[in-house]
Amino acid sequence: MLAPIGTYLHSFPGGLKLKHYKAMSCQQSLPVPRLPLSAEYVIPVSQHSGSEDKLIVTVGQKVLKGTAFSSSEQATGAAIHAPTSGLITAIEARPVPHQSGLKALCVIMEADGEDRWAEMNPCPDYQELTATELITQVRAAGIVGLGGAVFPTATKLAGTEKIHTLILNGAECEPYIACDEILMQQAPEKIIQGAQILCEILAIPQAIIAIEDPMENCQKSLDKAILQAGAEALIKVVKVPMLYPEGGERQLVQVLTGEEVPAGGLPLSLGLLVQNVATVAAISDAIIHGKPLLERIVTVTGNGIVAPQNMVASFGTPISELVDFCGGYTPSIARLIMGGPLMGLALNSDSLPLIKASNCILGLSSADVSSTQPEFPCINCGFCVSVCPAGLLPQTLQTMIRSENFSALEPLHLEACIECGCCDYVCPSHIPLVNYFRYGKDQLQQLAIDKQKSTLARERYELREQRLEKQQTERRARHQKRKQALAGSADKQTSIAAAVARAKAKKQQPEGSDS
Amino acid sequence: MSMAVISLTLLALAFGLALGYAAIRFRVQGNPIADEIEALLPQTQCGQCGYPGCRPYAEAIAAGTEQINRCPPGGDTGIKVLAELLGTEILALDEGAGVEKALPEVAIIHEDACIGCTKCIQACPVDAIVGAAKLMHTVITAECTGCELCIPPCPVDCIDMVVEKIDLQSWRWPKPAAIRNIPISVEVSDKVA
Repeated sequence: MLAPIGTYLHSFPGGLKLKHYKAMSCQQSLPVPRLPLSAEYVIPVSQHSGSEDKLIVTVGQKVLKGTAFSSSEQATGAAIHAPTSGLITAIEARPVPHQSGLKALCVIMEADGEDRWAEMNPCPDYQELTATELITQVRAAGIVGLGGAVFPTATKLAGTEKIHTLILNGAECEPYIACDEILMQQAPEKIIQGAQILCEILAIPQAIIAIEDPMENCQKSLDKAILQAGAEALIKVVKVPMLYPEGGERQLVQVLTGEEVPAGGLPLSLGLLVQNVATVAAISDAIIHGKPLLERIVTVTGNGIVAPQNMVASFGTPISELVDFCGGYTPSIARLIMGGPLMGLALNSDSLPLIKASNCILGLSSADVSSTQPEFPCINCGFCVSVCPAGLLPQTLQTMIRSENFSALEPLHLEACIECGCCDYVCPSHIPLVNYFRYGKDQLQQLAIDKQKSTLARERYELREQRLEKQQTERRARHQKRKQALAGSADKQTSIAAAVARAKAKKQQPEGSDS
Repeated sequence: MSMAVISLTLLALAFGLALGYAAIRFRVQGNPIADEIEALLPQTQCGQCGYPGCRPYAEAIAAGTEQINRCPPGGDTGIKVLAELLGTEILALDEGAGVEKALPEVAIIHEDACIGCTKCIQACPVDAIVGAAKLMHTVITAECTGCELCIPPCPVDCIDMVVEKIDLQSWRWPKPAAIRNIPISVEVSDKVA
């Protein structure tokens, strides 16, 4: 019998030892404050990495807090909901936090200040529900992976018969982000409850909560909550060493099991399901209290923010209100980032709305941001290779992508890149490696789409050719038959004369009437 | 002497039979080179090359009667991959055939102007237009190749080519800017001074 997962820890290749700045935002007393109601909310319709949902509300409609804006019937959809009670004033394209800077369809809502809840469907006795019913509730609550990938959780839960262990990811490894750490201290009972629900859905006997080495307080609070829930046999807390990016799904699986998730595959193929702790807490809220996913804990931090802290904020709130709540910007503010300093997304405006993926709003000061340095040619130093947690060859990939040699990328497994930014961080030539990899991945995706489209066009062209040819042969056969019929008839002359007359009559009819 | 003649004749007969059998048994259907060329063509079926479709053009290239630079939708990238496959020189796109579009386009029918004549339906090489006589027609955007063959037959000029709108799903990361000017000369001159 093998030792249970988490008894011995393993390691993944590469990684970076980064200085952590979590304490900056963790000085506050618990529970963390809730952001006051905003006057207007802008809720992007598509906030997840699945298919787009269909809106079921209209402009001018009055909605209560928790009312669903979109239907979640599609297999990879996740609904969005009203963050408070109020009036829908518009449904239009607005700027959203996205690397493209493009606008996307949003529901714009004016709060009425009452914050009145719609009727909810709490279900404290979740054991009475079947797994399918539970998954349907998770989907209706619009729950997505809150660790950053925003993949619809219900889709992740469906079709998981082979799972034997649930891993709860509390190892947030980006230097500034502390929202999960705060959650594990503030509401450990929700995480435990959520874990129990997931174990019920998946019918599995063990769950592991992975936290980072220095998270002493989280271990205490989680252990206490496990004892209270009487779940010692089910759930175990495991500390993993601090080495960025150990909180990445694949890296965490490798640290805990020593096994590598196959490139292009999922932890599912190893019988594992990895969920972020905040996602699990949201599942508990959705099932036990019937509350859809409307808000999350957000870390607002960095040297560019006056009073860094964590807070509970609703989706759709303008990011500027979160910053104002923290006392605004310091004079040295240089860059605003959604997410962490390594994988985050630089924002061009603080009027953008908070979305499900926004775990952190990071204001970096001019001293934190290194000035743009000229890019030098690659000197093949190999630093990037030594830090790559996926075991790739960033410098080779970069060369191939630069020369648009996309067919060479397949054996180099570009798709295994998790865009963690380690190679960027260490590159002495300041080459924007991750940007090259993103470009390369997108080009490969586009090539695949083009290929699919051209195959479809060829098939349709060939089918059309076949159809036209068939019509031609049929027409010819018909003519032949008629000719034979004429030739074989007794009164040949009469029928020929009749046919000639028919043809003449037909000719006199205007053209185009047969089209 | 006679032994040698007989044995060689027998051998020749045996091999001849084997080869003859193989020629029938393992005959390659179709034209494999044309297949490979066709796989690299964009399948727009636009006829700008002067052939009635991608397949006939591929066959003409395979037969050596046509150049590889007559496919505007494939563009320079298409010419490059064809040249790689055939081991020929990379040519510039033949401007007589047309120019490469900067962005992919699809046809749209202005439905209020359409009179339902079905002429565009007959012209579409991939059956991407639906409609019936005297009823409005429309383009199935997902299946339109942007060949523009439907535009000339339209008697009321109600078909336009439009660039597909870029949304969050179809947006692609741009290529990082090329290496900027490296300020080596500046630094060197500073040190010298």
